[in-house]
Amino acid sequence: MRGKCGLFFTSYPAEAQVFPSGFQKLMVGLFLLALAAAPLTLDAYLTSLMNLIFIAVIGAVSLNLLTGVCGQISLGHGAFLGVGAYAAGQCTLHGVPFVPAILAGGLVTALVGMVFGVPSLRLKGIYLAIATLAAQLVLEYAFLHGGALTGGAGGLLLAPPTILGFAFDDEFRQYYLLLGFAAAALPMVTNLMRTKYGRAFVSIRDFHLSAEIVGVNLFAYKLAAFGLSSFLAGVAGGLWGHYTGYISAEQFNIGLSISYLAMIIIGGLGSVIGSVFGAIFVTLLPELLNAVSNGLGAVFPDIAQHVVALREGVFGLVLILFLIFEPEGLAHRWRLVKAYWKLYPFAH
Amino acid sequence: MAYLDICDVTLTFKGIAALMGVSFTVEQGTIASLIGPNGAGKTSMLNCISGRYTPDGGASGPCRISLDGECLLSLPAHRRTGLGLSRTFQNIALFKGLSVLDNLMVGRHGKLEYGLLASILYRGKAVRQETLHRRRVEEVIDFLNLSPYRHQHAGRLPYGVRKRVELGRALAAEPKLILLDEPMAGMNLEETEDMARYILDIAEEWGVTVLLVEHDMGVVMDISDKVVVIDFGQKIAEGTPEEVQADAGVVAAYLGTENAAFTGR
Ligand SMILES: Nc1ncnc2c1ncn2[C@@H]1O[C@H](COP(=O)(O)OP(=O)(O)O)[C@@H](O)[C@H]1O
Ligand SMILES: [Mg+2]
Repeated sequence: MRGKCGLFFTSYPAEAQVFPSGFQKLMVGLFLLALAAAPLTLDAYLTSLMNLIFIAVIGAVSLNLLTGVCGQISLGHGAFLGVGAYAAGQCTLHGVPFVPAILAGGLVTALVGMVFGVPSLRLKGIYLAIATLAAQLVLEYAFLHGGALTGGAGGLLLAPPTILGFAFDDEFRQYYLLLGFAAAALPMVTNLMRTKYGRAFVSIRDFHLSAEIVGVNLFAYKLAAFGLSSFLAGVAGGLWGHYTGYISAEQFNIGLSISYLAMIIIGGLGSVIGSVFGAIFVTLLPELLNAVSNGLGAVFPDIAQHVVALREGVFGLVLILFLIFEPEGLAHRWRLVKAYWKLYPFAH
Repeated sequence: MAYLDICDVTLTFKGIAALMGVSFTVEQGTIASLIGPNGAGKTSMLNCISGRYTPDGGASGPCRISLDGECLLSLPAHRRTGLGLSRTFQNIALFKGLSVLDNLMVGRHGKLEYGLLASILYRGKAVRQETLHRRRVEEVIDFLNLSPYRHQHAGRLPYGVRKRVELGRALAAEPKLILLDEPMAGMNLEETEDMARYILDIAEEWGVTVLLVEHDMGVVMDISDKVVVIDFGQKIAEGTPEEVQADAGVVAAYLGTENAAFTGR
């Protein structure tokens, strides 16, 4: 950390900490406490929004690892979530306990992701985008025509998650389950990014020719990026499937892939905290627009209809505005705010 | 056999020859310079050594590039680092999104030996190795006077500093042979002198063999133990700076193009 006023380190491990100052540790601890206590004050609707955010956080941070950190764009992320959902769903349907089923879903997705990551050795930018779009379409087709494996157009019905006999069968119980998974995933990705894997991923993104020269095996590391990212995507998908209790092919369409891309662009490419901001923003935006259109509908009944129609457009508009005015995403804003308060009130 | 042995390297691009049967050697611990007019094939030669390009073969039979007796040509680029080879690029090729410190840490990528699990959990071997290698990287940072920039993103640094960071990234790998492609290009006099000092120290104190491509003839003639001249893809002279400067063919090659540059600063 660049501790301008009074943060000095006497050892490299001390400097390498994610939260170097005692104040930061305290804030993180308080934040976790607040999260743990939140359901006491939230109603079922708000809790369900939190749950969707937790799932989106895992999905967004996994895509950010691949696209933001390693520079490999993917338009197939939504389908990767689907692979995890179906695989984990099949596991629990066949009596595998919940946590191993979720992990198995992640592993299956990692394998699928690595297969679809092979073209990345040759393809870059728009060409890779199209190759991953093809992956999305192939997988969507497989979901629809997967027979008993995917339930075809009818989808799969899943029972609520159960761990050691405890059923997470309402919003409040699911809250703690999903919070747990999100709170485990984020430090793992953070650690990955500050060690040799993360640095190698960034080196591939920033200058693949010199990455090769410093000894990074481009093929192996690109595949690792696809595998790790897809693993987490599969976990997010498995959690989502068991959260809603029902999975169908439409859930994992190209729209979902685009939502996840929107999350990491709005939040900040290559940033863990940005993935969180993006997941919150994109999950809450439709709810906000809904609230606005309902509010307007009460006053001007004929406007409400148009507002609903405008929703998709507003979403696109927000994305474009971010690309133009805040290309580094919300994470950048966050850094500026932090830098300001760090020195407050003695900014110089 | 010589330490770096380059024998009969020919490289063509769609029928156009960039290198034609070039051979030369570099002895361990010395500084050799590869000079020649623009487009002569200097960068192409470095690319053949580092693995970016694969030579077509030799004019007569197969070509050979070996370092300390080990054949390089059969290895992909990313495995040559392990044999003690590293390089810098003519146009800066840093990792813009990483700090100076992390750029240098990537330079040591091949030396960090811990697995994915240790990395994800940031426990045990990962922590120990990160700390150990951070210490080695700090030695390079001290040597190149990069400490004011340690935590700054490489993309935001001034040009001269970025050139130094690139040298640092190559040094961080603890190479046996370092290839430098125009490390002084675009630098002012003071920066050029600093860079020349660093290169001398790398060879003398660190014991690293240096193959330098550079246009600043004053520096080349000052610090090189040996100079190899190529023109239009062919070697036209090889020898000590004095021998090369006296060579009629070399003077002729430079006369038409950049005589002023050749006679020095
Ligand atoms: N990737 C490439 N494709 C086609 N031609 C190339 C390529 N790289 C180099 N060349 C050609 O090879 C010749 C030597 O180039 P280069 O090695 O860069 O020269 P130098 O570094 O000595 O200025 C030039 O004529 C250049 O146009
Ligand atoms: Mg060149």
